[in-house]
Amino acid sequence: MSEHLQNTITRIQARNHVEVEEFRGEYTVFVDPEKIQTFMLELRDQHDFNICMDVTAVDYYPQETPRFHVIYQLYSMQHNVRLQVRTRIDGNHPKLDTVQGIYASANWKEREVYDLFGIHFTGHPDLRRMVMPEDWVGQASILMKS
Amino acid sequence: MTDIREVSVDELRHLVSDRAMSGETMLLNMGPQHPSTHGVLRLLLELDGEVVVNVIPDIGFLHTGVEKTAESKNYQQAEVMTDRLDYLNPMGNNLTYCLAVEKLTELDVPPRAQAIRVILAELQRISSHLLWLGTSALDLGAMSMFLYCFRERELVLNIFELVSGQRMMTTFIRPGGLWRDVPVEFEATVRDFLKAMPRRIKEYDDLLEKNEIFLDRTKGIGILTKEDCFQYGLSGPVIRGSGVAHDLRKKQPYSGYDLYDFDIPTHPEGDVYARYRVRVEEMTQSLRIIEQALNKLPYGPVRSNNRKYVPPPRSEIGVSMEALIHHFKLWTEGFTPPAGHVYVATESPRGELGVYMESDGTARPYRVHLVTPTFVNLQAVPVMSRKHYIADLIGIVGSIDIVLGDADR
Repeated sequence: MSEHLQNTITRIQARNHVEVEEFRGEYTVFVDPEKIQTFMLELRDQHDFNICMDVTAVDYYPQETPRFHVIYQLYSMQHNVRLQVRTRIDGNHPKLDTVQGIYASANWKEREVYDLFGIHFTGHPDLRRMVMPEDWVGQASILMKS
Repeated sequence: MTDIREVSVDELRHLVSDRAMSGETMLLNMGPQHPSTHGVLRLLLELDGEVVVNVIPDIGFLHTGVEKTAESKNYQQAEVMTDRLDYLNPMGNNLTYCLAVEKLTELDVPPRAQAIRVILAELQRISSHLLWLGTSALDLGAMSMFLYCFRERELVLNIFELVSGQRMMTTFIRPGGLWRDVPVEFEATVRDFLKAMPRRIKEYDDLLEKNEIFLDRTKGIGILTKEDCFQYGLSGPVIRGSGVAHDLRKKQPYSGYDLYDFDIPTHPEGDVYARYRVRVEEMTQSLRIIEQALNKLPYGPVRSNNRKYVPPPRSEIGVSMEALIHHFKLWTEGFTPPAGHVYVATESPRGELGVYMESDGTARPYRVHLVTPTFVNLQAVPVMSRKHYIADLIGIVGSIDIVLGDADR
């Protein structure tokens, strides 16, 4: 584990309630969905994670509640480290605050998650379908597990 | 059959300025079928005369649901779909997918397979850049470039046909190594290519570097600053054309890229011309990598011996009972990696290609997500093209090297 990542995790653990997981040398932090914006802002401004490579989600229905995990892949250009941020969202009217004001790259990525998982990003300026047709009828969110 | 819902202007109301509503600016639809969109990309343009006020890209015309389909295939089968994503970079896509599977299963890849992977991935980068150079120069009116670039691309595709029997959808790189060893003619064929290419690259330079029209239409067009690049998460030649020396082959080496000596070409201007220069110089660097890899190509097996994940060679099946059982098990059930999730990223010709893979301990991936460079880079088109002429928009869209199969998945 790189020194920067170690410091980051120690410092964010001191200030927030987060769980940290390690698998194959990759570090994941779990945060509360309510705090996602402040947490991302903290990571970007205080810990140099200046790039958000990806936003995606995984559906754990029916074996887990809350059923969705939204996953952010952050990258720090300066320190050359990656960090995965996860948050758990309930399947009943799933919604989460947008981070597109913090990372512009999240704009389309969140639209894609909205399109394929049906998760609403509150505060998103342009929440339309991304890859599915606008007149799509059928299963509303195709990547949901049934 | 349900009626096709008509999408009204009101739904796009928040995307265009008030001037469009009063009729002061014009809304114009470009694509999805347009020769300069390299596939099926629709751009909704807001124009003030000939000047672009805003661009609203609309993608998804090639959406094939790869991520969903992968959930119902086993790990070997799902790899085949990665060829079809970014159809100009099948070797690189296979490589990224296999690296993700290998990280999940902790498979070791023999050194010979690593070196051949690097050679093939770099050949693929050259072929992709050649196609980009040909088509984007064609967009700007340089017709002959297209013919020359396709002539050289043919040489690379012939090498792929030689090693895998396929020209484009190769699926040659497999989890744990390669499908099979390369034939004996491989080295000589690649060396012929290495010998021919530097002169050809010089020819391209001669054709474009002194071409006033090409220079006028690329210099100072579509400028991206470093901050834009970070905000939009851009990568690859686009970010290197803005002066950021970021290349995953150097920064987070995979497949033994750290064994080779090569430079990262960067240009600080951030315009279409800088991106063109970066790609042309990258071709020369790729030739360097291929030459080094060929010179120290080790001998040995090309597949891992871990029979839990990698099928045994055909020659063993006839003489070994265990090999037959492994073969049968692997091709009927597939293999079962431990539960967990990994994110692997490689440097594709277009930028960072990432694979997020999650396993729940069964033979099928629980979730495969592909982080594709075109999807990310397309998002920056509006930033690049505002206040430029509509004719320059063609050059700007061309300069980020879009492959719509890559964006839509």
